[in-house]
Amino acid sequence: MAERILEMKNLVKTYVMGDEEQVVLKGINLEINRGDFLSVLGPSGSGKSTLMNIIGCLDVPTRGTYYLSGELIRDLPEVSLSHIRNREIGFIFQQFQLLPRLSAQKNVELPLIYAGVSEKVRHQRSAHILERVGLAEKMKNRPNQLSGGQQQRVAIARALVTEPTILLADEPTGALDQQTGHQIMDLFKELHAEGKTIVMITHDAEVAKNGSRIVRIVDGNLSEGVYNA
Amino acid sequence: MLKESIKMALENIVSNKMRSFLTMLGIIIGVGSVIALITIVSGATSTVTDQVASMGANTVTVQVKGTPLKQGLTQGDVDKISELSNISGIAPTISGTTTVAFDGNTMDDITLQGKNDVYFKNTEDVISTGRIINTIDTENKSRVALIGNDIASELYVGKNPIGQQIKIGGITYTVIGILQESSSFASADTNKSVIIPYTTAMGAVGAKYINSMTIYIADETMADTTTREIEAVLTKAFNGDDDGYSIVNMQSILDTIKSMTSILSMMLGGIASISLVVGGIGIMNMMLVSVSERTSEIGLRKALGAEPKQIQLQFLIESVVLCLIGGIIGFIVGVSLAWIVANIIGIGFALTASTVILGIGFSAIIGIIFGFMPARKASRLNPIDALRSI
Repeated sequence: MAERILEMKNLVKTYVMGDEEQVVLKGINLEINRGDFLSVLGPSGSGKSTLMNIIGCLDVPTRGTYYLSGELIRDLPEVSLSHIRNREIGFIFQQFQLLPRLSAQKNVELPLIYAGVSEKVRHQRSAHILERVGLAEKMKNRPNQLSGGQQQRVAIARALVTEPTILLADEPTGALDQQTGHQIMDLFKELHAEGKTIVMITHDAEVAKNGSRIVRIVDGNLSEGVYNA
Repeated sequence: MLKESIKMALENIVSNKMRSFLTMLGIIIGVGSVIALITIVSGATSTVTDQVASMGANTVTVQVKGTPLKQGLTQGDVDKISELSNISGIAPTISGTTTVAFDGNTMDDITLQGKNDVYFKNTEDVISTGRIINTIDTENKSRVALIGNDIASELYVGKNPIGQQIKIGGITYTVIGILQESSSFASADTNKSVIIPYTTAMGAVGAKYINSMTIYIADETMADTTTREIEAVLTKAFNGDDDGYSIVNMQSILDTIKSMTSILSMMLGGIASISLVVGGIGIMNMMLVSVSERTSEIGLRKALGAEPKQIQLQFLIESVVLCLIGGIIGFIVGVSLAWIVANIIGIGFALTASTVILGIGFSAIIGIIFGFMPARKASRLNPIDALRSI
């Protein structure tokens, strides 16, 4: 029996725009077990970004329940949400979101600073993880000295370094050419094979197929897709 | 965390060199002018007070104008004052105009001063050669005289005047010394003066009254009390009329100068600190620009787990570091400026620890005050919106 690490029940997210209340997520039910590689497939405007923000604890649901690692995520103080994000989530963004003035290694160390890890340990862990994603030679390079694929690897290393519960990737291949995109997807599959839990948001059905499980989100409603494997 | 923030702040300042420098310029000018003005004023103050103190901080000067009933003070009045406590000595002065003669040569319009030993003990460099008037001369009303430089050179051509006779107002005295040549700045021309014991002057020259006196006080801190006691004696001496004399307490003059210059220093410092505030607004402006430029960085940091207060601290440190660098440069500029000015106008240059603390502390405070609002703005950014603004 796989360990349940994420559970959403009748999750609703509404935004108030002026006088109008806009319902973006209309009762989402979702369960993720440890070791899943879930693709959330949906066109733009479907509510997939909002779903990603809620999974990533950047936002909280209006109604319904969301449990992450057994903890109810609701309207908590920002400090608490910061700690949950730091501990539970490893973000991977479409545009990499690396800090241009910092070396690859310093970028990877960033979440460890907020986790209160000592400089020595930060150094060891970031070096180790950069080696894992194949950038042992590029640790001192700044983002502008790296290719797009390499930059995304740095970002993946940054997401992995805190050993989070979930790797949460938002269109991770969106800014890459097809070949590089494939390489990144291969890395995702390797990580999945190592037992990492991955949630990948994408609009691209081909990319989504890399997941072990696909859910589709259309107009704020989620429907379970077929297993890819 | 703190170390990382300081490092990051320095990196950000260095990567925007021109902008950082221009922003710092406000702080540099502000701190520089405050430090320069305070240092210059305190240097000038110490120079002026030193000069005043060298004139005798422990003296009370009495000028006698006289009343219709009594034209001046008598020896009896002087004795009464000397009986007061806290008086270390009294130097009365009798002044008048006289004629001097030696060996058939005469000089008119000579200033005659009667002094005593107390005056000579408390005043340096009165004579150039010979001896001063001593206690015995004063008590015995000796007919001895100190003569001015011009008198010595005109009446005693080719002779050493000391030990020679001189006729002052028709009475014969012995010359015991020659007065120091007076500088052009001196209020009284000593070159055409003779000084004799004031007791002799009262008896022999026919001067009835003492025109002025300098009273030396033992304990300067009690100067005000002693001055009041002297006033009481003098008012009584002039039969209750306090218009008969004027009294000046050097210590109170010194206190007045000190309080005036401290007000001046505060005023100038206050005006200069306006430029510091303007500099602070510049800092705030730059920090606001920096926050909006780095919105996505702030969003990312928040996504990675940065607490709002950690974001706030980072930007606050950046603003404080910026101000401190500006403050240190400004401090160096201000002190150098003060040093140059002090050397040009010839006043003292004194750099106190409080000035250092003031300069550095001021800039740190400016950094905190004007960095607070931008830092708080950064900390309050919604991470979702911040991440979207790529």
